[in-house]
Amino acid sequence: MEKILFLAHTEADGSLSQAGLEALTAAKTLAQGLGAGFDAALFGADAAAAANAVAGCGAGTFFCVSGQAFAQARYATDAAAITTLCQAAEATIVVCADDSRLSRAVPGAAHRLGGRADTHVTALAAKDGAAFVQRWHYRQRMYAEVTRVQRPWFVTVSGGVFPASDVAPGQAAVQAVTVADVATRTTVKEILAPSADEQTIRPDAALLFVAGAGWTKKQADGQPHTPEAAELILGFTTKAQASLGSSKSLVDMGGEGQAVLPFLTHLHQVGQTGATPRHPKGLATCCHGEEPHVVGWRFIGERRAVNLDAGCGWAQGKCDVLYVADAFAVMRLVNAMIG
Amino acid sequence: MSTGFHIVVCGGIVPDPLQTLEPVSTPAGPGLKNEMMLPAILDPWASHALFEAAHLAKGAPGSKVWLVSLGPKAKLQQVMMSVAQKAPFELVVCDGPAGGFTESAEAAEALAAAIEAIPGIDKTRLLLFGGWQSASRGAGTTMQLVGERLGVTEQFQGVDRLTVGADGSLTIMERVEGGAYQVSVCQGAPAVLGWATGELPEPPNNPQVGMQNMRFIMPALQKAKPAKVGADGVTFAAVELPKQRRETRIVKDTPAEDIAREIVAWIRG
Repeated sequence: MEKILFLAHTEADGSLSQAGLEALTAAKTLAQGLGAGFDAALFGADAAAAANAVAGCGAGTFFCVSGQAFAQARYATDAAAITTLCQAAEATIVVCADDSRLSRAVPGAAHRLGGRADTHVTALAAKDGAAFVQRWHYRQRMYAEVTRVQRPWFVTVSGGVFPASDVAPGQAAVQAVTVADVATRTTVKEILAPSADEQTIRPDAALLFVAGAGWTKKQADGQPHTPEAAELILGFTTKAQASLGSSKSLVDMGGEGQAVLPFLTHLHQVGQTGATPRHPKGLATCCHGEEPHVVGWRFIGERRAVNLDAGCGWAQGKCDVLYVADAFAVMRLVNAMIG
Repeated sequence: MSTGFHIVVCGGIVPDPLQTLEPVSTPAGPGLKNEMMLPAILDPWASHALFEAAHLAKGAPGSKVWLVSLGPKAKLQQVMMSVAQKAPFELVVCDGPAGGFTESAEAAEALAAAIEAIPGIDKTRLLLFGGWQSASRGAGTTMQLVGERLGVTEQFQGVDRLTVGADGSLTIMERVEGGAYQVSVCQGAPAVLGWATGELPEPPNNPQVGMQNMRFIMPALQKAKPAKVGADGVTFAAVELPKQRRETRIVKDTPAEDIAREIVAWIRG
């Protein structure tokens, strides 16, 4: 019989993140499929308070590591906390979110416990009494469904795969766990985040707007129009509250000393060495739609593109609608219409 | 630091991203059709790590860069022809499979053993670089496992910037959720840094650097030790290509105003 453990860390405000609540649903679903119960393991500044906030989730025991040392994301302390929690719970399968904090520390904990980690899981289910996971390989080119014998088996679940648990608070059965002192030479200084007004990366937005390198190339009059491009792009993302993405070519131009859109960073890159967002809709502009970029669109439900080239990659079955048009002209009008 | 860093970059090879990939079953488990014939490149995240390593070494006198690569040595030789022109490094080869269906734990074991065997490696000065994920397995776990095997517990992932202070401290920017960065300060080496893209452009080809590198690359390939890497304990129930092709409607010779109106209606749902 598997011993399933839901693992999460608390956020700065002491709550569980959306991704954590989604992973909770995954753990519950797996437990139900295997006909088993599950426990929860939380770590953070005040894990017990977080446990009470989700007391109604169905977990048998809440194993908690609390303390200021665990308030911030830091590999040394996080890996130690996770290791100790899993030992206390005697977990065989550990389900958690694949957020940045857990993605960093979980593999190390798995190593320390002699287990394995399967990350970025996009499906988790029980079949014939065994757990199976599905995950992508070769940058979302193909997927594999696997199971394994090693235990503990850490499974990090991608965001958006499961709905977030809506849990009633209460009085959780908390078992405090003490972590031996961890020597660390790292101090977390700050989180650098743009203000809400300046933020152009909006994971929860309904629309992803991707700007390609064509925005900064010479236009029909033989001149680049980068300032106008910047105005059009920011104008649209602000009005539509869209999340801004870019192609690798465009973000790389900045590093090569070329004129670029000043608000773009590597964080905006979609596909290749960038992100794989999960917005319901996506609109690509001045972007050729080549395979390395489009793999980052794997989870975009509805796709449209604006490109002057009717034979570009988007036309090869990579989007629903390709508008063969000048993106400057189209977006100028879109911005006017969208108010 | 007056004595510089020992920078080890873990970098594997992956199929060129423009190639069409198709899974096949083999006696050793799933693989790619014509895998050994597919053009290969250094993994793009590892490439960024290598560029950052070279940049750091250039600014820290006494530093040295090693590239530790796991892959079939015949294919590694092909890839090194181009990589060698990008940055100065010394190559260490683990001759073994580099595919995306192997276990990161087994790859990490091979890489750690190779690093331990580097003559003169000083772990107190070690900065272990690599990609925070890869274009093959894509697990994002290998660097953590190598670090654990080497006893390095100061680890950072999704790194875009590393700044070395006068006292040898490391200020590190890591990607976190919501387009934000976490800034941490580590007292110094040793540390593991899984790079995202960093902030450096791809260096231009430098034939002189290439020639210098190749003098050591060929001997390194010749004395490569075999590495047994597989997927023990894993059962693959299925490996499939998802349906990718959509029925694209191409809108041509249409006024921009009509296109804009259609896009706005679509956005508003």
